[in-house]
Amino acid sequence: MSLSLLAQETTAGLSDTEVGVVNGFFAVLAIVAIIAALKMVTSNNVVHAALYLLVVFSAVAAVYVILGAEFVAATQVLIYLGAIMVLLLFGVMLTRAKIGAETDLDHEQRWIGALVATGMLAVMAFSLWEGFGDDELPANMAPQRTQAVSDAIFSTYIVPFEALSVLLLAALIGAVVVARRD
Amino acid sequence: MLLNQFLIFAAVLFCIGVYGVLARKNGVLILMSIELILNSVNINLVAFGAMNGDVGGQVFALFVIAVAAAEVGVGLAIVLLIYRNRRSIDVAEANLLKG
Repeated sequence: MSLSLLAQETTAGLSDTEVGVVNGFFAVLAIVAIIAALKMVTSNNVVHAALYLLVVFSAVAAVYVILGAEFVAATQVLIYLGAIMVLLLFGVMLTRAKIGAETDLDHEQRWIGALVATGMLAVMAFSLWEGFGDDELPANMAPQRTQAVSDAIFSTYIVPFEALSVLLLAALIGAVVVARRD
Repeated sequence: MLLNQFLIFAAVLFCIGVYGVLARKNGVLILMSIELILNSVNINLVAFGAMNGDVGGQVFALFVIAVAAAEVGVGLAIVLLIYRNRRSIDVAEANLLKG
């Protein structure tokens, strides 16, 4: 998909059939991601839930590629699929979750959660539909170059970037201090 | 491509994540649901960035990814500490502050 988008970059936009193909890809990815997310929040097995989350992250990375955000997609694969997933599986391992199905992973009153989530989805879908209607993404949307992203990070957004560096350091030290055996 | 197809996809993932946070008792599963929520927010940021042809959306999506990495590190440390003290990561049992 990214290659076809790159090839289109010099010419004016995607043709209707190409937009249809991209929309088809998006539909498949969205369905896969939503089914995997639902399986993740209902699975009886912690390790299976982590693996379903992996599927969701991969699908979202592909959606980033469709949106022309290739660097974010690569970062998603590196950080979420690589680092965060391993960290979560370490968490599963260190807390000695059973390898296999468990019975009491959910609250008894989980229907309240379902009610809240459904209501929230209804409100959000309604307001999004009211707010953006059928706004189209620009037809000549080119992938945004990594160079442009890094230029923006190191010029316009340098202050939040530095603050984020300090936050990461603080979080690392905090995690070590909290989890240390003393 | 409609802008809304991405926004509503993100909203669906967000609400599934909210359900996960509310309905799960296992601490690690709650952290996973929070990751799902942060991910859906990133889709919104990138979609709006693509809509306006601005890299700001992507930059903030990257910032959110970095914050998520920090959050999951601290969160897992807390879950491990709860496990070490109570031999269980069932958040329904962590009720020492309940009056």
